[in-house]
Amino acid sequence: MISVISDKAKRIWRLVPNYVFLSIASVVSIFPLYFMAVSATNTSQEVLGSKLLPGGNLAENWRNLVANNDVGRALLASFVIAVAITVLSLLVCSIAGYGFEIYHSKGKDVVMAILLLAMMIPFAATMIPLFQLFRNMHMYGSWFAVIIPAISTPFMILLFRQSSRNFPHEVLEAARLDGLRELGIFVRIYMPTMRATYAAAATITFMNAWNNFMWPRVILKPGTQTLPILISNLTAGYVTDYGGLMLAVLLASLPTVVIFLVLQRSFAEGITGAIK
Amino acid sequence: MSQATKSPQEPAKAAKRAPAKKGKPPKRAKQGLLGLEQKRNLTGWTFLIPAALLITVMSFWPMFKAFQLSLQIGKNKLEYADPLWYNYVRLFTKDKTFILTMKNTFLYLIIQVPIMLVLALILAYLLNKKDLRCRALFRTAIFLPCAISLVSYSMVFRTMFAKEGLVNDVLVGLNLLNEPINWLNEPNAARAVIILGLLWRWTGYNMIFYLAGLQNLDYATFEAAKIDGAGPIQTFLHVTIPQLRPMILLTAIMSTNGTLQLFDESYALTGGGPSHQTQTMSHYLFEVSFKNNSNFGYASAISFAILVMVAVLALIQMRVGDKRD
Repeated sequence: MISVISDKAKRIWRLVPNYVFLSIASVVSIFPLYFMAVSATNTSQEVLGSKLLPGGNLAENWRNLVANNDVGRALLASFVIAVAITVLSLLVCSIAGYGFEIYHSKGKDVVMAILLLAMMIPFAATMIPLFQLFRNMHMYGSWFAVIIPAISTPFMILLFRQSSRNFPHEVLEAARLDGLRELGIFVRIYMPTMRATYAAAATITFMNAWNNFMWPRVILKPGTQTLPILISNLTAGYVTDYGGLMLAVLLASLPTVVIFLVLQRSFAEGITGAIK
Repeated sequence: MSQATKSPQEPAKAAKRAPAKKGKPPKRAKQGLLGLEQKRNLTGWTFLIPAALLITVMSFWPMFKAFQLSLQIGKNKLEYADPLWYNYVRLFTKDKTFILTMKNTFLYLIIQVPIMLVLALILAYLLNKKDLRCRALFRTAIFLPCAISLVSYSMVFRTMFAKEGLVNDVLVGLNLLNEPINWLNEPNAARAVIILGLLWRWTGYNMIFYLAGLQNLDYATFEAAKIDGAGPIQTFLHVTIPQLRPMILLTAIMSTNGTLQLFDESYALTGGGPSHQTQTMSHYLFEVSFKNNSNFGYASAISFAILVMVAVLALIQMRVGDKRD
């Protein structure tokens, strides 16, 4: 009896360092977000004065923010661009991943290997020719110019190719016997079956698109800015309104934090899924 | 990256494909001019062509084009330089700002990436205990910074590290500092803030990779280590880490790749200042490309230099990662 208790006690004691270390890491991880949320309700003076409790200045911060910035338009731009990228990317990359895996051939393996090399190309290395390309096509400042380069990524194709390995071949053959066309099989059977993969891919793609900064900053005109660009401009003035700044940051973070909390498992599977 | 991580899965892949190929009737149904097999092969190609074309036009073509541009000079009308590599000579021998931004970027890389990966590995290891309570809570909390955009968190850090801001208040309040530090205006302090920011934003992200890796570990090896009398630290160093090597290699390559392309933090957190002292290569590239004296030929040389650095470091890491056995 005694040995049982001490065994249990031992096991609990052994985990104490885990709890301590993980608690510290959790607090450090969450604190800046807490600070951001609280500061959105405080005046600039209070933010700098390190007030760590919610205040009553939220409405005032909002009024100042929208008085000096076209927040609505930036929200709309961010939202439309992120949704368009997500939908198009999922369509284009999933059918490609499906094509690579289900209609597997040597030639396709070679193409896939070449496409994977594109993962190593830094965006910086392609930025100037892309800028020239879209400018020459009179698409400087257009949302399309933000959307098009983000549609097809080797990572997403790889994710769908790896997941397609779990797609049962018996189902494929049965559908063919039922007279479904190849595209019909993809749309009516593959897509509903692979919902989990689509959820993972959508989470990552939306969050990346929503948070993307460098390319939109390069290709969009000042009037058509997205939320991250608007935020980056808030410190450009002589005096920064820290309350308003934190409110804008909170606004930009809310959608992705909600998506993250709801679809965390999908997100984690998505980022690691392509390499399993 | 793919080579390192793909190899263990090869047999499984082959096994899965074999029955599929047998399952296809080779001759039974010939339709039109093409055999069924060929027809399906063609369907496969049409499915992947949109994605492949987009990557070609949006990644490969611009890369070659950037190289071509990097050999050219001129403000409005670009012409080939004489000698052709003129921009590169200028970049590495005359441009002190580029050298500075390169040093900054590599400083971030050398300090931040190892600390982050070790931290992530330790956190994943601590979290991967079956009888630990609140695992999901810890995991969510540590992973949460990934939900915030780079610009957003840069602004939060900028606010916390403002001269009159929270961090100084706390440090002075605890008597750790006599007077507030002007974090964002002192080169080394500002660099430290960028490194702290990167650690905060990306440690949880890498931890997720290690957690995924830990779940695929061979349990028998741990039993064996226990029987051999290995302590927890020995087990971690000699059993866990060697098995996680593919994951460690992958995260190292991804982080290196990401750090060499660092832009948002330099732009939004410190603005690259004071006077380029915290600026990254990508941020400098952005300024050369799109600020008042824009010079696309020279900027392309910078961008191609970044590409070569990314490629060379990835190759070195793959070599080292594959050899160490």
